Amino acid sequence: MIAEAGLAALWFAAALAALQLVLAAAAVARGQEALVGGVRPVAILQGGFAAAAMAALIAVFLASDMSVRVVVENSAAAKPWIYKFAGAWGNHEGSMLLWVTILGLAGGAVAILERRLDARTLIATLGAQAALALGFYAFLLFSSNPFDRVSPAPPDGLGLNPLLQDPGLAFHPPTLYVGYVGISVAFSFAVGALVTGQVGPAFAKAMRPWVLAAWIFLTIGITAGSYWAYYELGWGGWWFWDPVENASLMPWLAATALLHSVTVLATRDGLRAWTVMLAVVAFSMSMIGTFLVRSGILTSVHAFAVDPRRGAFILALLALYIGGALALFGARIGTVRAGTTFEPVSREGGLVINNLLLSVILGVVLIGTLYPLVAASFGVQLSVGPPFFNKAAGPIALALVVVMAAGPLIRWRRDDAGQLTGRLTWPIAATCFAAAALVAFGPIPVLPTIGLSLAAGLAVASILPVIRRHPLRTPLFTWGMVVAHLGIAVSLAGMASDSAFTKETLLAVTVGQPARVGPFTVRLDGIKPVIGEGWSALEARLSATRDDDLTVLRPQSRFFSTPPTSTSESAIATFWDGQLYTVLGQPDANGRWQLRLWWKPFVTLIWLGGALVALGGALSLIGRWRRERRARMRDYWA
Amino acid sequence: MKRLLLWLPLAGFSFLFGIAALGLIKPADRIVRSHLVGKPLPEFRLPPLAAGKPGLTTADFRQGKPRLLNIFASWCIPCAAEAPQLLRLKAMGIPVDAVAIRDTAPALAAFLRRNGDPYDRIGDDRQSAVQLAIGSSGVPETFVIDGQGRIVLQHVGDIRAEDVDTIAAAVKGAR
Repeated sequence: MIAEAGLAALWFAAALAALQLVLAAAAVARGQEALVGGVRPVAILQGGFAAAAMAALIAVFLASDMSVRVVVENSAAAKPWIYKFAGAWGNHEGSMLLWVTILGLAGGAVAILERRLDARTLIATLGAQAALALGFYAFLLFSSNPFDRVSPAPPDGLGLNPLLQDPGLAFHPPTLYVGYVGISVAFSFAVGALVTGQVGPAFAKAMRPWVLAAWIFLTIGITAGSYWAYYELGWGGWWFWDPVENASLMPWLAATALLHSVTVLATRDGLRAWTVMLAVVAFSMSMIGTFLVRSGILTSVHAFAVDPRRGAFILALLALYIGGALALFGARIGTVRAGTTFEPVSREGGLVINNLLLSVILGVVLIGTLYPLVAASFGVQLSVGPPFFNKAAGPIALALVVVMAAGPLIRWRRDDAGQLTGRLTWPIAATCFAAAALVAFGPIPVLPTIGLSLAAGLAVASILPVIRRHPLRTPLFTWGMVVAHLGIAVSLAGMASDSAFTKETLLAVTVGQPARVGPFTVRLDGIKPVIGEGWSALEARLSATRDDDLTVLRPQSRFFSTPPTSTSESAIATFWDGQLYTVLGQPDANGRWQLRLWWKPFVTLIWLGGALVALGGALSLIGRWRRERRARMRDYWA
Repeated sequence: MKRLLLWLPLAGFSFLFGIAALGLIKPADRIVRSHLVGKPLPEFRLPPLAAGKPGLTTADFRQGKPRLLNIFASWCIPCAAEAPQLLRLKAMGIPVDAVAIRDTAPALAAFLRRNGDPYDRIGDDRQSAVQLAIGSSGVPETFVIDGQGRIVLQHVGDIRAEDVDTIAAAVKGAR
């Protein structure tokens, strides 16, 4: 019953999206701006029905309704409730339903909140959002129905993939999707503006908070996903350049570039065509990522069930939306009047370099991700691994850090190169000092040395904009920028430190035998069996000592019953100066246990930095919102 | 010129679309083929692992008679599944040698007791060194080697009943 209600809600949402599209198209074509009063409620209702369908799917998972196919295939009655709940999106159909739900809700949010955009562009935007939603509703209804029944219903389900049986599943996909799909709003804004030709500061100011909000969630999602992979996979790495990871990184890179170019458009009315292009590209990257993940066209550790027909369906949607938007861009951007120009040495100039470098990194990641596919179509098999990405993207990212340090210290319109160098004295000094210290302290590889030195310089540079200013009189969005840039410095320091100072050992030990990794002595005290919900495990007790400080770690080798699989659950001890990461492997015939130990100095800075970046975004968003509300109040009283 | 530039993103996307469509229509062959097919075996010398059976060297394949080289492991389930087919090939008079990947003597002995023993020689490849040198990416794989030690054919995956004739024909065709 609940399943049928969910399916009905999905059909209603699709029908409303069609209505929304038709209404919007008619209103824009005939110039009937009054119709905006009709389009808004339809968009809100459409989001509501999509959410209802998602709620219905969660309900059948929580009730373990074994007559629903996705529940049978991805859940089991004995699972803890949190995995039943999160299991609703731990599978292809549910995950796509969550995707389209967020698309619908984002459209609804625009309909409720957006007051600055002119009526005609707003209608066109809502029309574009409806067109997007309609295609993905069709995808769900015709090729990935999450409410499909099985008859007769089996007594129990097959269970959830053990790697997904982690509290991370409850938060990570929804957060990532809010960002990933939320950026669709920027796409729709761009399409709306291309239709009406209204590209200017007002458009940019209207679009900025939506981009910022999606970007914050994307940042949190990527940061959390990286930590999840780090502790769950047990490989000791935090980023694997896996196609699915790249699928989330590419929209983030485009959104980051967009965030900066939209500021130029809002403040100085420059970069009009470029900003529109980036808004189209950002969500296109989300859709391409969805295609890559869902079609199974590339091999990935995120092994989802794949079906070439589904791939073909999404590819057709891609052609329609991305192709359509780019064709609209080619045909219409010429009608948008060129914006103002600016001097090379200026804030605008710095932001243009920022955009170029981000775009190059985006291009590198895109090429690296798709190259195996291109090569395969010429009959060559290959895979592109981390060495390519690190070598190609690393140096550009470091160049970007230099621009990031200088950018906020440059004046708008025009600046003097000599004076700018003067303002950069302290950051340059910090960089040189750090570099000298690193070289003197002990030679480490070149790239991490540069990374750590630049991180020091960027940290100093990023706080300069608020130095000698009254903290409360400094606008909140300036604080946001400072915190976000500082976050990048912190994260960069963590990455460089991890790659330069990590100590790793792999060894087979008997009980009682000590092993050394970095400053720690780790001893295997014993192995005992433990039982959890739906799994049993062998758990090692390791005592790690450094300078007489004792820490106990308990890594496990876990065996799941439904489905029968084993995973290794790493145990991580966090200290102020890094993490001790331990993984228990298999025993050998002589009673020795395989242990994998890492000492990772300051690795936590990577995710702390990511969190700071997201916090900076949030501060910025609140700051913009407060300023705008104050301005509205002033207008109201005037 | 500038107008043409505006259509560049669409052109780029069209290229991507074509590649992706091609990838969907013609899914990539995920089997990793050895680049050494048609070339001589690399030099190797592997110690024995099974009691009473010699180890394996490249020279063993230069005796003028074609042989099969089976890459297998006792821990590999498809290897047990292909054992009857290897025994059939052996019964047809084709000599079979093997490289055991990351294996131990007791486990191997148990495997041969359970599944039968078609092998003349078994080399012990603890680190997969020889496996990788030959261009094999997994277990089981079977190579047809001619009398001069050249690789004639690579069969990736377990040998099914319907593959036996193809492999026997390849051995007959080799000199």
